[in-house]
Amino acid sequence: MSTNLANLLYLIPIVAFILALRFLSNPAHARRGNQIGAAGMLVAIVVTWIKAGSASWWAIVIGMAIGGGFGAVAARRVKMTAMPQMVALFNGVGGGAAALIALAELHRILPEPGRPKIDIALAIALSGLIGAISFAGSMVAFAKLQELIRGRPITYPGQKFGNLALLAVCVGLSVTLVSGVQDEWLLWVVIGGAALFGVLFVLPIGGADMPVVISLLNAFTGLAVAIGGFELENNVLIVAGMLVGASGTLLTLLMGRAMNRSIANVLFGAFGQVSAAAAAAAAGDGGTVRSANAEDVAVMLAYAHKVVFVPGYGLAVAQAQHDVRQLADLLEEKGVEVSYAIHPVAGRMPGHMNVLLAEANVPYPQLKEMDDANPEFSRTDVALVVGANDVVNPDARTNEGSPIYGMPILNVDDAQAVVVLKRSMNPGFAGIENPLFYNPKTVMLFGDAKESIDKLIEDVKTL
Amino acid sequence: MSHNTLLVFELTILVLAIFLGFEVISKVPTLLHTPLMSGTNAIHGIVLVGAMIVLAQPHKDAFEWVVGFLGVVLGSANVVGGFVVTDRMLEMFKKREPAKAPDARSDGGTSAE
Repeated sequence: MSTNLANLLYLIPIVAFILALRFLSNPAHARRGNQIGAAGMLVAIVVTWIKAGSASWWAIVIGMAIGGGFGAVAARRVKMTAMPQMVALFNGVGGGAAALIALAELHRILPEPGRPKIDIALAIALSGLIGAISFAGSMVAFAKLQELIRGRPITYPGQKFGNLALLAVCVGLSVTLVSGVQDEWLLWVVIGGAALFGVLFVLPIGGADMPVVISLLNAFTGLAVAIGGFELENNVLIVAGMLVGASGTLLTLLMGRAMNRSIANVLFGAFGQVSAAAAAAAAGDGGTVRSANAEDVAVMLAYAHKVVFVPGYGLAVAQAQHDVRQLADLLEEKGVEVSYAIHPVAGRMPGHMNVLLAEANVPYPQLKEMDDANPEFSRTDVALVVGANDVVNPDARTNEGSPIYGMPILNVDDAQAVVVLKRSMNPGFAGIENPLFYNPKTVMLFGDAKESIDKLIEDVKTL
Repeated sequence: MSHNTLLVFELTILVLAIFLGFEVISKVPTLLHTPLMSGTNAIHGIVLVGAMIVLAQPHKDAFEWVVGFLGVVLGSANVVGGFVVTDRMLEMFKKREPAKAPDARSDGGTSAE
């Protein structure tokens, strides 16, 4: 197959990918879009297969069987609650593949007579660098979300300076590589250093900021792949990679805006460090926490006109989404109006809560975004907070000293009553004290979210 | 086509893809941000095509064999895993299932999950 024909046929996957993203604008046909994307990918693979010729076809088949088999099994088996780490993992392997391609390409062109073209050398250095950061960073994000390592920020002295210096060295070596010192070991050092940077850069980022990091790493992989397209002079890599790069960047910015924090603050702030001092301050002006039992809360819920569920990461941890849905159904049978208020950064991934509740068959029109949900709280009888903390923390509105000051939150304290389901009084992942718990309107229902909801279901039934 | 002409073409489509990406993504509601991320994740699995090209190169030495093979393994995991996970997520987004809802309620309490 000629290069021209191949490039012409590559238009099919390119259009398919764009359609796939376009179809995602509406939940009704989003799934069709994903299938179109997958079909486009198949076309890209077949075209490449025919164009590249039959050399080492068996190695390609074996490699695809191993990788594809692993991907299919992992993706089928994973629980919906573990989705963020799965996305991080698949993102990481993509970045790793882009870095490997850079190594192979440099290795291939170096023995050729004459100097490698400068743009090719630049592309090799960049995709190696970015791909390695994405690979290592995603693996750390995976390990954090899977709780292989602790989710709280991990810091060491001189961290920012150390990370910056490391990145500067990697970039410096890349420049050397591009400007003519073409030794293969240089690229190895760049990739190794970038991988180390990826690890050090994600380690200090707290669990609550994971949506931003995952989205950013997604953009990195896309970018690395697009640059890889320059090495291989392959259009479909450039377009598909850059679509992902652009979408990941936009999503990262949206996440940052939802938290009213700059991306730099998220990435380098080691958020959650402040806890000790802030917690001490808040404990001082204490107030009392009212704890309730399930029967009391069941009565509140059953005789309410309007109940709003406010889910957070705790819902995912307790895997309580099905129970929440059951409770909601029960309340609806009793004539209570039920909806769900979803904060844009609740959970560990943009839109995390929507997916979990969708898994439990909650109809998506009941899921309200923050801007639609907030005006509703004043005519809500009970706001039921299930495992959310920072996204309902009134300190974000009033306490200038709070690390989350300025972040738009769900104003659950506008409701007549607030019920908070929480494991214990420990501060949330960001380690910040929450005055909502001391609000006279608030009652706490301590215990595992799933067990608490189940108890509520039992009690509401008897009413 | 000379190398430079090709490079200019490639840069052109790169820039167009950036704007197209922003344009298309800004229409996606927050409701679908997770599937969006997972779906774009699957799309950058196109890196598999690059790895295939590396591995299909004639006259490889051992290093290129190993690296190309690993690239194909990682790339296929990215593609297959990405699309399957996204499909599983999107399958769940429903408006309301009129027929199933009543009996799901009646037996819901006795057998949780």
